[in-house]
Amino acid sequence: MTRKQKRLSVIAGALVFLGAATALTFYALGQKASYFYMPGDLQAATLQPGQRIRLGGLVENGSIVRGQGTQVEFGVTDSEKTVKVRYTGILPDLFREGQGVITEGSFGTDGEFVADSVLAKHDENYMPKEVADSLKAKGVWQETTQ
Amino acid sequence: MVETGHFALVLALVLSLVQSLVPLYGAHKGDARLMAVGGPVTVTGFAMIALSFAALTVAYVQSDFSVTNVWENSHSLQPLIYKFTGTWGNHEGSMLLWVLILSFFGALVAAFGGNLPATLRANVLAVQGWIGTAFLLFILITSNPFARLVPAPIEGKDLNPILQDIGLAVHPPLLYLGYVGFSVCFSFAVAALIEGRIDAAWARWVRPWTLAAWVFLTGGIAMGSYWAYYELGWGGFWFWDPVENASFMPWLSGTALLHSAIVMEKRSALKIWTLLLAILTFSLSLLGTFLVRSGVLTSVHSFASDPSRGVFILCILTLFIGGSLALFALRASSLTAGGIFHPISREGALVLNNLFLTTATATVLIGTLYPLVVEAMFGDKISVGEPFFNLTFGPLMIPLLVVVPFGPLLAWKRGDVFAVAQRLMFAFGAALLAVLVTFLFIDGASVFAALGAGLSAWLVLGALTDLALKAGIGNVALDMALRRFLGLPRSVFGTAIAHLGLGLTLLGIVGTLSFEKEAILVMKPGQVLEISGHSLRFDGLTPVRGPNFTEDRGHFSLLGANGQPSDVIMSSKRFYPVRQMPTTEAGIKTMWLSQLYISLGDETGDGSVVVRVWWKPLVTLIWGGALVMMVGGFVSLMDRRLRVGAPARRKSAQAKTSPVAS
Repeated sequence: MTRKQKRLSVIAGALVFLGAATALTFYALGQKASYFYMPGDLQAATLQPGQRIRLGGLVENGSIVRGQGTQVEFGVTDSEKTVKVRYTGILPDLFREGQGVITEGSFGTDGEFVADSVLAKHDENYMPKEVADSLKAKGVWQETTQ
Repeated sequence: MVETGHFALVLALVLSLVQSLVPLYGAHKGDARLMAVGGPVTVTGFAMIALSFAALTVAYVQSDFSVTNVWENSHSLQPLIYKFTGTWGNHEGSMLLWVLILSFFGALVAAFGGNLPATLRANVLAVQGWIGTAFLLFILITSNPFARLVPAPIEGKDLNPILQDIGLAVHPPLLYLGYVGFSVCFSFAVAALIEGRIDAAWARWVRPWTLAAWVFLTGGIAMGSYWAYYELGWGGFWFWDPVENASFMPWLSGTALLHSAIVMEKRSALKIWTLLLAILTFSLSLLGTFLVRSGVLTSVHSFASDPSRGVFILCILTLFIGGSLALFALRASSLTAGGIFHPISREGALVLNNLFLTTATATVLIGTLYPLVVEAMFGDKISVGEPFFNLTFGPLMIPLLVVVPFGPLLAWKRGDVFAVAQRLMFAFGAALLAVLVTFLFIDGASVFAALGAGLSAWLVLGALTDLALKAGIGNVALDMALRRFLGLPRSVFGTAIAHLGLGLTLLGIVGTLSFEKEAILVMKPGQVLEISGHSLRFDGLTPVRGPNFTEDRGHFSLLGANGQPSDVIMSSKRFYPVRQMPTTEAGIKTMWLSQLYISLGDETGDGSVVVRVWWKPLVTLIWGGALVMMVGGFVSLMDRRLRVGAPARRKSAQAKTSPVAS
């Protein structure tokens, strides 16, 4: 191989590599990004069975039911609609009624949402940003002062 | 005192402006006196910012609640250490720490840069001055930590309980030393572009700064990871959280820079690429600062978000990244290209390293920013998490790790892969053995786990093989080999140690992810849990009163073979009344390299409590490996070649032979 051919083959190799990496990245974005919904948005959404989503809202007052062992059920509401969420595990420190949460999981066959993670991360207002934004958009946001 | 701090900060801004303009003009005109202004002004500016920082610290330690910032983030009952670290446990204070470290690095360049060419030194200090000016303006206009509150409240609002931990004393300062340390590389790169001249001496100067920043950033990230691991009570060490990614991206590209700078220094090749990496690495640090401060992303790190701050930092970001890249586009073609080399060579291996690391940086960048883009364009809220990164980052890292042991063994210019492969036969055989042993003798080992263990062994033994071969063990008499071993350059040791550390971290990750055991259950007092061969007895909860919190402390006994308690583990649920915030204090027992991790959930009423217990095999290696990497970087930094005085002689010789091109 001449020097020029060598250089070209190196460049071609690098381009193939970058192309593969780009393709993989976009495939992964299409497959692995999970969408965020509030309970009221779900009707308009078309979800494949078993598709992972993130469901956010407020924990409905009086809806927390503890089951066997570490099972717990609670309603997530955006004051328009409420979705029942089932979760097994330890709830986060900041989980309480009326608190904004994000749960991640998928809908089971019985129409209940089975979450494998519950987040109650917070900014100053003890509210995940996505939930706060959506509540503001729906006009049910109340400014709270600590 | 507080006003003194504020005033010192304004003075620092003025000094920073002088530092930005005068040396630059002097370098342009070739006026030695104007260029000489840079040094003293930089050092004075550092002193002013240090004074300002000290003033804020004093206000915190004295609980001076007439200062808004102190009132918002401190409390008189807090232990002294948290009053102290609370200084940077908030947006304003941490920005002040940021510029303090920035000006510290500037002062270091001024103090130790005596043997730099005068124009380069002047330009580097000027560029540092631009960054300093931008961030000092940012602090004074949008985030003044010294604002007063009238009337002064009696009591403060307390520091966020999650931050009331020794981690706050270590993680942010280390992380900022890393982030901001790359600003020096950036300034050197921009200064080289301004001068239109770049040579091997430049690389010799940039490499130690890159190394130092890299060592600190490695420590900062590892410390942050361990802190999140024990403080949040989730037992995870990495969440692919956008803010974690923000620190990880400069680390990846900084690692690439570290390697490409070697090629530039040794072979005068990859000059333009190294320059670009230096710019990109600091740009990613700035991007990280933007992501954390602007509140555009949800994460555990969210600071009080304020749109004006976000916009201001976005302007700084655009100005510096856009400006430096524009300058790069204008001037890069005027820089002389470096030498050509064979693809199979040390240089070739380092290029491969750069290709993989920068591509990995790009995937992390895309994964982090994609949700922002989608939300801005379509209004959909999405999250990109672990599944995405496992699918993209993982496949990129594995081939890179496989070729790591080859790199240091290949010769410069033209290497022989087969000869190197022969020398690595022992490491390869041992790695294969590790795969087989893991797969056959450890219960529940998946193929992934076995291969991961093999890859870790490959990295560790590959690094040791490198040292052994360079010392000539097996080829020469033992005492001779020992002498040669001790006489090896420190940078050779540094490389081997850092690569070994990488192997250890990988082993920790593989061990934890593959062999972790988890139990979530409701435990009654007296109940015993069997997990991975350990018997853990729950002895009950007792209420405890801390200085500024109350806690329910769960007592657990680790039972020995005879059923008697051999050790006690305590895990608690804390409540901080001032912020009305509960936290989980995990109970962690380290056994050799593994850990037993206990996290408490809610009480169920009858004295029973929800308990989550993990057995995390080899987990400490994740951070231990990072420490080893830091040691490697530090040892490499001690190399004679990189000692501050060392480049001077060669450079003056070189300056005579190479005419200044402008």
